[in-house]
Amino acid sequence: MAIEIEKPTVGLSKVAVSDTHGEDSPYFAGWKAYDEDPYDELCNPSGVIQMGLAENQVSFDLLEQYLEKHSEATNWGNRTFGFRDNALFQDYHGLQTFRKAMACFMEQIRGGRAKFNPDRVVITAGATAANELLTFILADPGDALLIPTPYYPGFDRDLRWRTGVKIVPVHCDSSNNFEITPQALEAAYNEAESMNIKVRGVLITNPSNPLGATIKRSTLEEILEFVTSKNIHLVSDEIYSGSTFSGEEFVSVAEVLEAQNYKDSERVHIVYSLSKDLGLPGFRVGTIYSYNDKVVTTARRMSSFTLISSQTQQLLASMLLDETFTANYIKTNRERLKKRYQMIIDGLRNSGIECLKGNAGLFCWMNLSPLLEEPTKESELILWKSMLHEVKLNISPGSSCHCSDPGWFRVCFANMSEQTLQVALTRIHDFMDRRKAMKTSN
Amino acid sequence: MEFKSSQILSKLATSDQHAENSPYFDGWKAYDNDPFHPTQNPHGVIQMGLAENQLSFDLIEEWIKKNPVASICTREGVDAFKDIAIFQDYHGLPEFRKAVAKFMGKVRGRRVTFDPDRVVMAGGATGANELIMFCLADPGDAFLVPSPYYPAFDRDLSWRTGVKLLPVACESSNNFQITLQALEEAYKNAQKANIKVKGLIMANPSNPLGTTMDKDTLKSLVTFINEKKIHLVCDEIYAATIFRAPNFISISEIIEEVECNRDLIHIVYSLSKDMGLPGFRVGIVYSYNDTVVNCGRKMSSFGLVSSQTQYLLASMLSDEEFIEMFLKESSKRLGNRHKIFTRGLVEGGIKCLESNAGLFCWMDLRPLLKETTFEGEMELWRVIINDVKLNVSPGSSFHCDEPGWFRVCFANMDDETMQIALRRIRTFVGERKEMDAQVNNKRWKKTLRLSFSSRMYYETSLSPHMIPSISTSSFTTCSCDLNIYLKVII
Repeated sequence: MAIEIEKPTVGLSKVAVSDTHGEDSPYFAGWKAYDEDPYDELCNPSGVIQMGLAENQVSFDLLEQYLEKHSEATNWGNRTFGFRDNALFQDYHGLQTFRKAMACFMEQIRGGRAKFNPDRVVITAGATAANELLTFILADPGDALLIPTPYYPGFDRDLRWRTGVKIVPVHCDSSNNFEITPQALEAAYNEAESMNIKVRGVLITNPSNPLGATIKRSTLEEILEFVTSKNIHLVSDEIYSGSTFSGEEFVSVAEVLEAQNYKDSERVHIVYSLSKDLGLPGFRVGTIYSYNDKVVTTARRMSSFTLISSQTQQLLASMLLDETFTANYIKTNRERLKKRYQMIIDGLRNSGIECLKGNAGLFCWMNLSPLLEEPTKESELILWKSMLHEVKLNISPGSSCHCSDPGWFRVCFANMSEQTLQVALTRIHDFMDRRKAMKTSN
Repeated sequence: MEFKSSQILSKLATSDQHAENSPYFDGWKAYDNDPFHPTQNPHGVIQMGLAENQLSFDLIEEWIKKNPVASICTREGVDAFKDIAIFQDYHGLPEFRKAVAKFMGKVRGRRVTFDPDRVVMAGGATGANELIMFCLADPGDAFLVPSPYYPAFDRDLSWRTGVKLLPVACESSNNFQITLQALEEAYKNAQKANIKVKGLIMANPSNPLGTTMDKDTLKSLVTFINEKKIHLVCDEIYAATIFRAPNFISISEIIEEVECNRDLIHIVYSLSKDMGLPGFRVGIVYSYNDTVVNCGRKMSSFGLVSSQTQYLLASMLSDEEFIEMFLKESSKRLGNRHKIFTRGLVEGGIKCLESNAGLFCWMDLRPLLKETTFEGEMELWRVIINDVKLNVSPGSSFHCDEPGWFRVCFANMDDETMQIALRRIRTFVGERKEMDAQVNNKRWKKTLRLSFSSRMYYETSLSPHMIPSISTSSFTTCSCDLNIYLKVII
């Protein structure tokens, strides 16, 4: 009989064995349920409908049409910069045409109200990498970033896991539509200080995930004032800036800086990506735009660990420099998102459910607090489980976004067809009817 | 309030650990300022510091033309566009993982098979090396690394991870082979200094040596790490650049023969060298440790391969006929290039370490040193950059223990350029020997006056940074994207 050789457990890093990767959150548990029983109109009409994934699938046809007319093969046959040069290009500055294209696209999204210099664009493989990279540069292990709640659950991993940096939440609540106030900022800062934690910056998402709303200009000015007074950084994650429902309501921090002649701008850094606005999350296209030279230089060097495939840079450079295409895309995309948003809001209202007034993003912030047994996180999770297993909708509970008010849920509407959305709304309607009936009978 | 950058950024950001102040990069600056071009700038600096494989692009280009469906951005392939564009699952496209696993097996002569479920993506080998460090070691822990080694390891393995690198010197007396004795000593010294060694990392085939490890050495390394209960990371990114005997033996083959704890074994791979596609950022971590695979997968979120690129390569790497042909042809071309280049060097009086792999030679320029010191090496190197106009890489930037060795790349240029480089080398060596003879002659005649020609060489050795330093602003705008390898990962 063979003797088992005892294999001693061998040491991995603390980072490897921690659970700061955040995957044990209900945010991800819902996805597992979806993966096990995914809805399909024909093959599995009673499956789980995925409403926890903030993807933009409403405008692919526009991209496909562009590609049919501008084949990659033609690009690669180019004599001055063909396949070979592209395949060899690993310079961490990124293709100059690509950086220019990103800068132009960002300007177009902001209606020309802000200017972007291609030499300040640093490329990274997705906003995930951009946010982590900035954190490495702006903070030391043990330091903190202040982040307004509710916030994107992925931040817990992206900003903290390998960096060792902490997140201190800036509490926002429904009493004022979850707007960020100077008092809340100050309170968070003081909380960090009382724990002897050094705050290095504030990170905002504008338009907000999960709220689906843009931040007011006056609030942006207050935030800028706050970070200036504390001499800390401001990171503005603007990955949904092209997903606003109208062209006018979004104000970028870049515009506020321009209005004050770029005074004190070296503390400001913008994160952008094409994953949401163009619906290309698979391509891993992220950028950091910093007004700080040293941050640009350092971020460039660090981007070596996470560059964008030169094949992808090349394709997108051509696409985004085509201003006719981008102008039409931005406009059409906005209209379609707005239509989707209206559809879901009306549908929910018909079921007796209200949402936060939104004007951007790929989701709405739904208020189910009237349905809670008790105004607690536990009640919220019970409700969430019945939405998942009974109604068969994967929506994201506010607690996974660190929301301090229980009962709010993020519901995505742009990652499915209109028919599927209608099915989801019908299920919700039926669910609400059942609950009303139960209450009456009680 | 004044915004002081130095106080306001992290320690990581303000340190020098990005390692770009090494002379390794100074040579590139010289090249960037004055790049060789056969017609437009025939007296410019020839780039021989860049380990790129440019010999077999035509084969890949032809495949791409014949397979438009592999690109989602062509009329033929656009039907797949939507599904690929939204695919951001950190497991990677199943067909991509399968194709990579199969390719890795093929490169090792099908002597071992690789499990697609152990294939983890990263942002190039640069990202892969950093990722595996994050998984295996804490800040302050150390990894042993045989020297000479790839200069960017200092950045890739240490910068953000906080891991220390402990070089284990290899010597020319035994062709720079790693010895168990050297490893044991290095390990013991670390223990004495209270430094926690978490593992050994090595490149096989070696950069800069261009040699592969023999079976016995590999076996003894596995025994060593197994006994010490530390990890072994094998960077095998040059696996398919073997052009002559002896054959490449991968760590994956050794562990089939030597009893060891497989949880300690990890491979780093990439397509940047073997396929010549560094721009596509295809890095792979292949670990035999389940926890590392799981953790590494999650971490790969920070450096996934573009799904567009995964899709293209899944198709290409699965084309067995093409890959079979490509590997054979690429190896043949590398072998030819190596033969012609080393022969040319020998004719010029320069010997290289005997090698069977890689995209470079390890040149022995000790006979040309004025003094057998690293200052002597720097002096010689500046002459080669400034006067001979070749960007070669000095051994000291690879942490080589002995002065006088230089890495010179031969696969990143066409035949004519290579001939020009050889001509320049031959001329230089001739002149240098002539000058040496003159100096020795004069010295023997006890005169203190140096000839004008020798003064030229001596003067260059006095100032530490002869090459004008370039401020970052000049790197910014370039009018075209052609060939500006400003800050490149090699």
